[in-house]
Amino acid sequence: MILNMGPQHPSTHGVLRLLLEIDGENIVRIMPDIGFLHTGIEKTCEAKFYQQVVPLTDRIDYLCPLTNNLCYVLAVEKLLGLEIPPKAQWLRVLLNELTRINSHLVWLGTHAMDIGAMTVFLYCFREREDILRLFEAVSGQRMMTSYFRVGGVALEPPLDFFPRVRDFAKRFPARVDQYENLLTGNPIWTMRTKGVARITAEDAIALGASGPTLRGSGIDFDLRRDMPYSGYENFKFKVPVGTDGDVFARYMCRVGELRESIKIVGQALDGMPEGPIKANAPKVVLPDREKMKTEMEALIYHFKIITEGFAVPEGEVYQAVESPRGEMGYYIVSDGTAKPYRVHMRSACLANMQLLPKMCEGRLLADVVAAIGSIDIVLGEIDR
Amino acid sequence: MALAPAVTDLEQLKDHPAVAPLLAWKKEAVEGVKFDRDEMTIYVGRDFIREACTMLRDNANCPFNYLADVTCVDWYPQEPRFEVIYHLLSISKRERVRLKVKLKSDATTLESVTGVWPSANYAEREVFDLFGIHFNGHPYLRRLLMPENWEGHPLRKDYPVEGYR
Repeated sequence: MILNMGPQHPSTHGVLRLLLEIDGENIVRIMPDIGFLHTGIEKTCEAKFYQQVVPLTDRIDYLCPLTNNLCYVLAVEKLLGLEIPPKAQWLRVLLNELTRINSHLVWLGTHAMDIGAMTVFLYCFREREDILRLFEAVSGQRMMTSYFRVGGVALEPPLDFFPRVRDFAKRFPARVDQYENLLTGNPIWTMRTKGVARITAEDAIALGASGPTLRGSGIDFDLRRDMPYSGYENFKFKVPVGTDGDVFARYMCRVGELRESIKIVGQALDGMPEGPIKANAPKVVLPDREKMKTEMEALIYHFKIITEGFAVPEGEVYQAVESPRGEMGYYIVSDGTAKPYRVHMRSACLANMQLLPKMCEGRLLADVVAAIGSIDIVLGEIDR
Repeated sequence: MALAPAVTDLEQLKDHPAVAPLLAWKKEAVEGVKFDRDEMTIYVGRDFIREACTMLRDNANCPFNYLADVTCVDWYPQEPRFEVIYHLLSISKRERVRLKVKLKSDATTLESVTGVWPSANYAEREVFDLFGIHFNGHPYLRRLLMPENWEGHPLRKDYPVEGYR
């Protein structure tokens, strides 16, 4: 029998359609059908200036908007050859890790809720509320922050931002203990997740998995530590790696990452350097608002950047970052004008989703829900 | 960091861990190289791409066992019009390389690399859907993102941004 786990389904975490060929409760074949959220962002980017693409990038992987921003601005800065001041880099790392915590909280809440542990959902969203308020303080927006700019960050954070982050960082580890208390030792959880949706390391690499999906199978590879970007080489953190390759191993990897991310946030707060938040490149970076109102050159630069954009030298670049889901990459081709010639987003979830047939064929219908949750898909990134 | 000029001389770059195995296997497969902004790009001939990928995956010195992405750029109205781009990563050696294959607008077929890395499956379907490049040997070459009955290939440069509907 072919069953349609249709685009509208509470457990598919977005508009994912799965055609399940089932024999009783056993899955014979899974065929994902995607494209319901395709909005043509890659095509739209070709019609916008480089700075206008930043808000578009937020909406691709909407659970970690700042990570998308970071990947894009790092790629453009590589094309331009800009040097970013250390304070901007550390702010970017701080916010990127808060975003990672944000995304993993949504993952944990929804994944647990699918399997039946509904309390965890509200616990996770309680912490997420604190983080969203921090994002609102720093950029004005809870989710689609667009806070990073080509050349640095948009604005100085408000004066009470760092004390608030420190307060959150003090409270958070105890909360992760609460989530683990509810789930890790729970016999229902372990029965639903241990040994389920197993994938070997060779299959995971061959099928293009990355991030916690790959690390759950035993491959110790994290782009932040192994191919660092934006100042990550200054931070000390562990990378949790699982061994079994099942849903439980991926769960433990991500919970471990929650703990490590809050440590990185603490290190970023302790070592935050002083200095400018934007690079010294008047043709690319908008001038300070007060200078724009009083100095003629600043006004002209401001006007030119907004109306004509900034021309980027010809070339192409592929920049990859470690998003909460895996390797997110931006491939930007520039033809020398102020609009990108081609922007391609390498989506971590699109590659991770190719694991689904291998994980679920031969298993039970209820395991599909656990498998989808453990891969942590976001349809915005898959469909763009 | 100011931009260093791009290096395109094959002599200077022949020892790069991605270039050396291809040159050792077949010199004519490599149509050109470019090292720009710390990234290595190799232009591979259209008939050699599948074997070149196999060589790079299996070479012992720097095995490129991970295919990050397959994508395409449309250079309309220049000829050759399309450039299919493969981003490879060697997990153990932390090296990246980009392979490029140029295709003319009247010859938009290419051999699929799903036999080398199964992760090319969805990526090649997406390139077929949005650009119209046909991959020979792909197990299930159907449209991925656009509806099945869509006409036209949206990411080509002669397709308007607003679309037709």
